[in-house]
Amino acid sequence: MEIIKSTIVPLPLENVDTDQIIPARFLKSTSREGFGENLFRDWRYNKNTGEKVADFVLNAGIYTGDILVAGKNFGCGSSREHAAWAINDYGFKVVISSFFADIFKNNALNNQILPLKVSDKILDKIFNGVEKNPNLEVTVDIPNQTLSIPEIGITEHFEIGKYKKRCLINNYDDIDYILSLTKEIEVYEESRVVM
Amino acid sequence: MESSKAKTLFEKIWDAHLVHRQEGHPDLLYIDRHFIHEVTSPQAFDGLRRRGLPVYRPTQTIATADHNVPTKNQHLPIQEPLSKFQVDTLTRNCKEFGLDLYGLGHEKQGIVHVIGPELGISLPGMTMVCGDSHTATHGALGSIAFGIGTSEVEQVLATQAILQSKPKTMKIQIDGTLSRGVLSKDIILYIIAQISASGGTGYFVEYCGSAIRNLSMEARMTICNMSIEMGARGGLIAPDQITFDYIKDRQFTPKGEEWEKAMTYWETLYSDQDAKFDKEYHFKAEAIQPMITYGTNPGMGIGIQENIPEVALNSSAEEMAKSLNYMGLTGQQTLIGKKIDYVFIGSCTNSRIEDLRIVADFVRGKQKAADVEVWIVPGSKKVESQAIAEGLDKVFTNAGFDLRQPGCSACLAMNEDKVPAGKYCVSTSNRNFEGRQGQGARTFLVSPLMAAAAAVKGEICDVRELLEPALATI
Repeated sequence: MEIIKSTIVPLPLENVDTDQIIPARFLKSTSREGFGENLFRDWRYNKNTGEKVADFVLNAGIYTGDILVAGKNFGCGSSREHAAWAINDYGFKVVISSFFADIFKNNALNNQILPLKVSDKILDKIFNGVEKNPNLEVTVDIPNQTLSIPEIGITEHFEIGKYKKRCLINNYDDIDYILSLTKEIEVYEESRVVM
Repeated sequence: MESSKAKTLFEKIWDAHLVHRQEGHPDLLYIDRHFIHEVTSPQAFDGLRRRGLPVYRPTQTIATADHNVPTKNQHLPIQEPLSKFQVDTLTRNCKEFGLDLYGLGHEKQGIVHVIGPELGISLPGMTMVCGDSHTATHGALGSIAFGIGTSEVEQVLATQAILQSKPKTMKIQIDGTLSRGVLSKDIILYIIAQISASGGTGYFVEYCGSAIRNLSMEARMTICNMSIEMGARGGLIAPDQITFDYIKDRQFTPKGEEWEKAMTYWETLYSDQDAKFDKEYHFKAEAIQPMITYGTNPGMGIGIQENIPEVALNSSAEEMAKSLNYMGLTGQQTLIGKKIDYVFIGSCTNSRIEDLRIVADFVRGKQKAADVEVWIVPGSKKVESQAIAEGLDKVFTNAGFDLRQPGCSACLAMNEDKVPAGKYCVSTSNRNFEGRQGQGARTFLVSPLMAAAAAVKGEICDVRELLEPALATI
């Protein structure tokens, strides 16, 4: 994953918790697959009829794309990685927000989803821009760490650690890296305070 | 020099567990104890199988079934097929990889954050992780404990280490004396209301001050437990005599010479006087009243005598309106007198023996309101048997409370303990998110004492008005 060019799906709500991303009753699965159909389940479907809620952003048919844009403190609450699996399975590759909950951020990166942090001001600008033009084109360039939305004059640098950037681009995995440090772990174990 | 610099308690424990540090990389941190449960572990075991890896240090991982278990008839096979499969999968995985499992029916089974401290598995100065955000609970013993995702569970199973960026440090100091009827749950709900549901994001918190020092170990666990509800990675409290008295002689606590050796380490576990925190807050215990949440994140809390504010801290008018609409409330009103339908006393926040004793002392000789259903769910088999040994079960039964069997229960409503849509539940758990206790369920978070008072009155009330003079200890 290097460059993502896509339109965006806006969810202008703060404090979207992982119980909304994937409610607990869908956590009974023992695999990583199939969570996308229940992404934002209780906002997406009427709880009595099971029908789609017509004006919810994933149903409205106005916005599509590989990039979700959400209000601050996205992914707060439970540590369930199922939230990242649901977002990934639905097809999002990037989530843009002004603030991510810590555990969600790790879970996203461990599932090839880029949590892209922007300022509150830029986030507002994106929400306003996409309201005017639902087909707003966004480019996320991971190697160069830039977010560009030429139509509304946004070219922003974003932060990502060197290591995680390499993992995202090359689809590397933490366990391979840690296994390469097994010797260090063994040395540590010899010196640690055992309780 | 790293070693001569004044350090916070958090930094001391972190540095003592550092396996490898490399520029541009997260730290590689050694993990002393790893707790797993049925919901967030199956995919991690699949990963190990795919890679052909064993569990690296099987004696350092402890398993229990808690999130997705029934709280009735635990001696019978689980009826719901998906839940049964998930719990059976944990059993199979533990057997295949050689891990200790305190499964359903086992005398040590219980909510993972209740059994760790209770068995002496969680100790001061340790690093502990679990695929559950309330792992911060164990920080009350003076340790670094935090919740992780399933990919990280796999990392720890495979290597007994985890890659983590070091969080910033925050100090929250609460001095003074708590008023009567105010419990540790009120302290943490107050803190979260003051700094918001995102105010701790990126930080690891140390709680200190005289009000914290005077709390029992279990009351401290309630505080650390909810650190995640302000977004913090975790929270910890420096160990003291109360900590050492609590852990001494527990099943897995070191004994004899081993204890002495451990004590030399434990006695170094405090923040140095000149240690710098990245952020500090100071609060007065006297300012805290019994708390209650009104909205759909834990930061939306008020003192029971206050009215709902126009907008919660760090919320927008839209979010506030959406929350109140979900809760069926209108703004700027009092919650006192609001009729309720359910009371849930339980969860890793408030299901320990002290919580049950506080509730029992309050309801002894009283009856629940006729139209309220009250579930009281002990945190572990040990808590359950202790409650029975102390006769608390009879107090609850006489009050009309439904004493159930250990598990996470209606805190996250993965099992059948669900609050129906539109109904109001006064709950001692930790999250008031939309749908958390069942689709459409509406949650008010409170202390065990406030929950017991609501159960008796059938409406939200200020517990202080119901306290008898004889209950001066509460």
